[in-house]
Amino acid sequence: MSDQKDLLRAPFELAYNYKRSSGPLMSKFFDALAEQKILGTKSSTGKVYAPAAEFDPETHESLSDLVEVGPGGVIESFSWIEEPKHHHLIKNPFAFALIKLDGADTSMLHMVTECDEEDLKIGSRVTANWSATIENRITDIKFFTLEK
Amino acid sequence: MSEEEKKDYAESPINLEYHYTAGSATTRFLNQVKEGKIVGQSCPKCSAVYVPPRGSCPRCGVATNIEVPLTDKGCIESFTIVHIPIPGNPIVPPYVCAMIRLDGANISFLHLIQGIDVEEIRIGMRIQAVWKPKDEWTHSLENIKWFTPIDEPDVDVATLRFQES
Amino acid sequence: MRKVAIVGYAQHPILENAGALNEVELIMPVVHQLFDELGISQNNIDFTCSGSCDYLQGAAFAFVEGLSAIQTNPPIKESHVEMDAAWAMYESMLKIQMGDADTALIYGFGKSSPGRLDSIISLQMDPYYISPLWPDRVSLAAIQARVLLEKNIITPEQMITAVIEARTNSKNNKNALVTELVDKEAYLASENISSPLNEFDCPPISDGSSAMIIASEEKAYEFTDHPIFIEGIDHRIESSNIGSRDLSKPSGILASIEQLKLEKIKFDVAELHTQFSHEVPYLQSVLNLSDVPTNLSGGPLVGNVMMCAGLDAIGKTYESLKSHDFTNGLAHASSGPCLQHNMLVHLEKKS
Repeated sequence: MSDQKDLLRAPFELAYNYKRSSGPLMSKFFDALAEQKILGTKSSTGKVYAPAAEFDPETHESLSDLVEVGPGGVIESFSWIEEPKHHHLIKNPFAFALIKLDGADTSMLHMVTECDEEDLKIGSRVTANWSATIENRITDIKFFTLEK
Repeated sequence: MSEEEKKDYAESPINLEYHYTAGSATTRFLNQVKEGKIVGQSCPKCSAVYVPPRGSCPRCGVATNIEVPLTDKGCIESFTIVHIPIPGNPIVPPYVCAMIRLDGANISFLHLIQGIDVEEIRIGMRIQAVWKPKDEWTHSLENIKWFTPIDEPDVDVATLRFQES
Repeated sequence: MRKVAIVGYAQHPILENAGALNEVELIMPVVHQLFDELGISQNNIDFTCSGSCDYLQGAAFAFVEGLSAIQTNPPIKESHVEMDAAWAMYESMLKIQMGDADTALIYGFGKSSPGRLDSIISLQMDPYYISPLWPDRVSLAAIQARVLLEKNIITPEQMITAVIEARTNSKNNKNALVTELVDKEAYLASENISSPLNEFDCPPISDGSSAMIIASEEKAYEFTDHPIFIEGIDHRIESSNIGSRDLSKPSGILASIEQLKLEKIKFDVAELHTQFSHEVPYLQSVLNLSDVPTNLSGGPLVGNVMMCAGLDAIGKTYESLKSHDFTNGLAHASSGPCLQHNMLVHLEKKS
C-alpha cells in the first residue's frame, strides 16, 4: 500500500438532470399538490394508501380510486436530527417522520420542523405546510408542523 | 412535446459529490506523467504492457507490478472524426479522436490528433505526443495537448495484436 | 436437488479509507488468497458472480472494471448483482443446483469512503415520493428503532448491550475496523446522529472486499474433507412502500423461518447483517436466538463493507462452524431500508 500522503485525490460531482414521468395515477397526486390537496388511493378492501399508491402491496390489485386525505395527520414514528447535514433540505433541527394522514391507513414519509425534539411524540398531530413554488414534486409539501 | 405532455414530467435532479482516490497503480502512473514521462506496467505472467495501467492484468488476474518506461511515440490503431459539437467540450469540430497505441504497449488509449487535415488521417499512421509547456504539467494525461503525425512509415496494425505465448 | 457447500472464504482487512487501493487492487488479494488456500486457479472455476454498487464508485458499469481482478482469459462465465454479494452467492448456488456449474467464485467489494453514503443510499428509495426528501440511512433506521422501542419489543439497554458486545467480539475478527471497547457511560454521553440512534448505534463507514468459493457436493470433497453445506436458503422482500409496512412485524423473515423450518433446528452460532444496534436484539428475538452466540465476529457494527457485509455474515458463520465444535449455523443478509430484504441461510457441518 502506498503512503496515504502521496495519494492522488480529486473531487468530482456526479449530476443527472433527470425528468421523471409520473404516470397516470401519480400525476394526479402531484397535480393535486398544486391545489394544496393530498390524495390517497382506496383498495377494494377499503384500505386507503397515502400518498396515492399505484398498487396494493397486500392484494396486488392496481389502484385508481382517488380520495382526499389530510392535510392533518398523526406521527407514527420519527427520527430527530439536531444537526442537519449537507444533503438535508431543512437546515434547522427537524425530524423525518412517518405520518398517517387523516383518512389514510398507511403512512407517508416527510419532514417535521419548527419544534423541539421534546415536542414530538408518536401520536402527535401535525399538518402540512406548502412550498411557495409548485414543481410537481413531493417537496411541494414543504414540511409538516405541529398542529396549533 | 405539447404543454399537456410537458406537465407530466417533473424535474428530478440528482447530485452526488465524491472524493476520488487514484489507488496504487494509477498514482504511480500519474506521478510519472507529472514529470513528462509515460511509464506503463507489465504483467509478470503474460508480459502484456498496459498504459495507462489500472493495476491488474485482466487476462491473468494478477497485479502488474513491473514498471515499463515507454516513449511518447506510437501509431493510430483506430480513429473517429467528430463532426457534432458536444456540450461543454471546448474543441471545435471537426476533430479527431484516436486510439493511440504507444510503441511497446499492448493496449491503446483515447486521445486527440491535431496538426493534419482530418481527411488524411489513417489507421497505422505514426504519431508523437505534443506536450503542454512544462510549467503547466499536472497529474493528468492532459499534459499531452494532442498527438501529431511524424514522418515515419505506417505500421501494419495487425502486427500489433497481442501474441499468445 | 444437488447439494452445495462452501469450501473457502476470505476477507480483506476492513479499512476506514482504502484510498491507496483501487477496487481491483482491493479484490485481487482476497481472490488470490482463496485460490492459494485451495491450490486452484480461475481455470477451476465454472461460474463467477460479484456483488457491488456502481453508485458507490460514481461510475456507470463500474462493476465491469472489478472483473480485471480475476483472470478472464480464456473467457469466463460470469454475472453480477447490484446488491450485496450474499445475493451473488444465491445466484451462484442456483447455477450449481441447476447443473450448469460445479464450482463458483463469489466476490463482493465496496468503498464507501469516496462518496457520501447517506446521499447515495437515499437514491435506493422510491424516486417520486421519498428520494427527493433525501432521507439518510441512519434516519430511516432510527424510525424503525423508535417503533421497536415504543412497543417495548426491544429496550435501550439491549441496544447498549449490542454495541458493547460487538466491540468486545471484534477481538475474534482480525479484519475488524472498530476494535476500541466502549462502556455504558461513553455510550450514554454520545450525541445522537438521528435520534434515537447515536454514533455507537451506527456502523462505521468502511472499505473492503470479500470472496467465497462454493461447490457441488462431489466437487466440495475434492477441496476439503469438511465442506460446510448450505442446507437452506430463503430470501423475502417486504413492500417498497415503507409507510405501508408494519416496521415492528418482520413478515418476510417469519415466512422464511417457516419455509426453512428453522424452529426445528438447534443453532450453535449465528451471524446477522445487523447494521444498527437496535436490529441485533430485534432479530435475535424474531429468530429465537437468545441462547445462540450471535455475531461472534462483532458483525457490521465493527466493520460494514457495503455490498459485502451480507456475504461476510455467511462467511463468518462458515468460519465459526469450521473452527469450532459446531454443527448448525444461521446467517442473515439484508438490503433496503428498515430490513426490507432479508435472506436467511442455514449452514451445516457434516460429521
